[in-house]
Amino acid sequence: MFNSSLKELTAALAARKISSVELTGLFLDRVEKRNGDLNAFITVDRERSLMQARAADSLIASGKAQPLTGIPVAHKDIFCAQGWLTTCGSKMLSNFVSPYDAHVISRFNDAGAVILGKTNMDEFAMGSSNETSFYGPVKNPWDRTRVPGGSSGGSAAAVAARMAPVATATDTGGSIRQPAALTGLTGLKPTYGLVSRYGMIAFASSLDQGGVLSRSAEDAAAVLNVMAGFDARDSTSIERPAEDYARDLDAPLAGLRIGVVKEHFGDGLAAGVGAAVQAALEQFRKLGATLIDISTPNSGLAVPAYYVIAPAEASSNLSRFDGVRYGYRAPEYRDLADLYSKTRAQGFGAEVKRRILIGAYVLSHGYYDAYYLKAQKIRRLIANDFAQAFTQCDVVVGPTSPTVAFPLGAKASDPVQMYLNDIYTIPANLAGLPGMSVPCGFADDGNGGSLPVGLHMVGNYFAEAKMLNVAHQYQRATDWHLRKPEGI
Amino acid sequence: MTGQMKNWEVVIGLETHAQLSTSSKIFSGASTAFGAAPNSHASAVDLALPGVLPVANRAAVDKAIRFGLAVNGNVADNINRRSVFARKNYFYPDLPKGYQISQLDLPIVKGGSITIITSSGEKTVRLTRAHLEEDAGKSLHEDFHGMSGIDLNRAGTPLLEIVSEPDMCSSEEAVAYAKALHGLVRWIDICDGNMQEGSFRCDANVSVRRPGDPLGTRREIKNLNSFRFLQQAIDYEVRWQIETLEDGGRIQQATVLFDPDTGETRSMRSKEDAHDYRYFPDPDLLPLCVGEDWIGAASKQLAEVGTPGMRKELYVAQFGLTDYDAALLTQSRETAAYFDVVVGAVGAASVKLCANWVTGELAGALNRAGLDIAQSPLPAARLAALVTRVVDGTLSSKLAKEVFEAAWNGEGEPDAIIEKRGLKQISDGGEIEKLVDDVLAGNAKQVEDYRAGKDKAFNSLVGQVMKASRGKANPAQVNEILKKKLGG
Repeated sequence: MFNSSLKELTAALAARKISSVELTGLFLDRVEKRNGDLNAFITVDRERSLMQARAADSLIASGKAQPLTGIPVAHKDIFCAQGWLTTCGSKMLSNFVSPYDAHVISRFNDAGAVILGKTNMDEFAMGSSNETSFYGPVKNPWDRTRVPGGSSGGSAAAVAARMAPVATATDTGGSIRQPAALTGLTGLKPTYGLVSRYGMIAFASSLDQGGVLSRSAEDAAAVLNVMAGFDARDSTSIERPAEDYARDLDAPLAGLRIGVVKEHFGDGLAAGVGAAVQAALEQFRKLGATLIDISTPNSGLAVPAYYVIAPAEASSNLSRFDGVRYGYRAPEYRDLADLYSKTRAQGFGAEVKRRILIGAYVLSHGYYDAYYLKAQKIRRLIANDFAQAFTQCDVVVGPTSPTVAFPLGAKASDPVQMYLNDIYTIPANLAGLPGMSVPCGFADDGNGGSLPVGLHMVGNYFAEAKMLNVAHQYQRATDWHLRKPEGI
Repeated sequence: MTGQMKNWEVVIGLETHAQLSTSSKIFSGASTAFGAAPNSHASAVDLALPGVLPVANRAAVDKAIRFGLAVNGNVADNINRRSVFARKNYFYPDLPKGYQISQLDLPIVKGGSITIITSSGEKTVRLTRAHLEEDAGKSLHEDFHGMSGIDLNRAGTPLLEIVSEPDMCSSEEAVAYAKALHGLVRWIDICDGNMQEGSFRCDANVSVRRPGDPLGTRREIKNLNSFRFLQQAIDYEVRWQIETLEDGGRIQQATVLFDPDTGETRSMRSKEDAHDYRYFPDPDLLPLCVGEDWIGAASKQLAEVGTPGMRKELYVAQFGLTDYDAALLTQSRETAAYFDVVVGAVGAASVKLCANWVTGELAGALNRAGLDIAQSPLPAARLAALVTRVVDGTLSSKLAKEVFEAAWNGEGEPDAIIEKRGLKQISDGGEIEKLVDDVLAGNAKQVEDYRAGKDKAFNSLVGQVMKASRGKANPAQVNEILKKKLGG
């Protein structure tokens, strides 16, 4: 049951081989058993989940089941869910019970899915290792001395450890795809604007996008079918006809043009990771695809531009956390200014403060043009690089992360090293393009073991169905995505 | 003003916040109604809960466009087809997001002008721009036992900030501008103009200089919510600046507040502790693009509601009124409507007389009573009945004033007053002849003087007849009959 696909679970529910209450209970038991070790969940609420499961069972009984009805789904704790503690991994929101549902949560609720719990994450989604969480680091189920990636580390560990069939996540610079790579999962960040940001606590508004961490492309398609859709409450949500993201899964890959970015195979890429990605490219060739060398000459500017734009937006987005209306408030303060400074000094962790400071600096008078405006220009150049690439190919492929999962604490004190984790994933966020990571093998972890490697894929705007098709065909030809951590 | 002002030039520019009369807020669906229980009109968006997003209110944009067209002769070249919402970042408890959404580099309206009338005639004041923004909430510092209360009902109320060029050179001009603007926004139905409720408030930028010198350093007087305060504040500020400079001091750029109790301005903050607002384009709101169809519809709407300027031109063309009279009659939609009723009843042949009554006697009485024309105790139909009696010769202009006074004081219909007080003008030739005969008989000396060529004596005789009739004799007839008798 724990290794079943969503299709299999849905079939089992429909055939009454299992009820949603039983299924949810099984996963909750597993969370109970494993969470102490992995720290993947911040909040579990058995009663609340089972209540939803009972409602799902009656939907199924009355023949009103939709895809995902009765399926337990873990949600990154960045999505506001009514009645649920919604912390965003921060002390600042450690007492915040959301009075409303995020659009994404409403979509799952409307589909009859069950909220299994809220998963751990880097504080306000700022991090690539899940070590900045106020609730402590998440451990990688493949090696508990290592990070699961971030910021959606809790969602990744939950799915990788089979504590949840599937999980939602968000991606601002790689926060879905990098954890997917590091935990052997399929991760999809859709086109910016495809999934509503309403109720998704903002880190960097122009980059944030909700998506999914799953065990296969097929599962990801089923989940995206529920998550995607226009929402008038998000001005950046895109109004377009609904589509079935699973419709092209079975299409053959013959004639597919895969762009390979030569800049992504240079310095900094671990040899084992590079080899696994090369082997995947070979596999695609066997499947009938053509490999085309392409260049994205401005990709080297992506990380610096990102670390101007994202902190700038974050510095402003996080201003609302002031201790006045909700959330953490310092117990003692002299006056208003002291209330603000003590609340924010105590409520935010070091990485969040670092980014607020960077953001405030790059937006300040006299620096705006040199930093923020210039970064926006680079952003345009990067989008142009992709536009150029997509005249030659259908998808762009490369490594997701330069290394396999690294040891806990290894990069925690070196922010720049940490930021370079997202060197391959950030360009898609800057351009607003959909990105995916798919398991493509294993590489030496430098310590005698081997750990999962992710293959990164970027598609053109709204090419999710095509990307899922490419990933699904690859997964039919390979079994990397079926591998699971020892002891799971 | 005082003689002290000799050799000084005063330069004034106004920034006016007009609350747009939409039923919901600029970025949320909450009501904008005034006077509700604290925080009862504050939605999740207004409270800046984690994860919420703004969505621009189309009606607010529509009103801003209408304003832009109205100050530019219904020509759309001052409407920015693409304007940008920006975040103005600062911390204050009544600013829930920690930033105000406003427009900086690209406002919706650029340019335009307002025509004002002062004692020295008409003048055009150029507008720099008008931009959309949201209002803040209200901090309440009483009744909370050492704490402050926050009411967010007003937070997110749509404002149009209208910025003038520094084209005014006296408090009289500034008040005339503010009144003209006030009349305009009410006329075109974008703002209720209620100054007590804060729907229309001005900031005045004031500086002084020696003629021929470059602009002096300005100080900004914030939040003036009556025309009287606007005048008092500017007058005080000008005197203070001139005195300071004449005493050898310097003006520091500052923001000041006007205290109506003392009639003085005092510095709130100097330039040194001015905020760095770290403006940047709001990534939650896409650039506001208005198409030609939208502008066309707004233009059509404006043509229907008209503007004071359009009505003024009509009065000049149709009635041959002077620019000055026409401008006075179009200060507000209510004034024009009042005038239209009077002219409609009295007849276009007497339009000048109607204009004189509305802009003279009536305006004076309203002014003394501190009333709006909409609150006039004398309805338009009654003034029309009175003017009709002047036109048909029933009342002399002197007696008409007495009737006006009585009607103003609620004594009822003019005809009834005339009847009751016996004020009817004597136009009966026989009756006047009798009066003239009596006067001539009793004033042999004057008759002799007149016949000896002393024209002055004639006037004296007229006066005697009028006196004898207790002012009721028709002066034209008296003249005529007297001349006839003396000449005979």
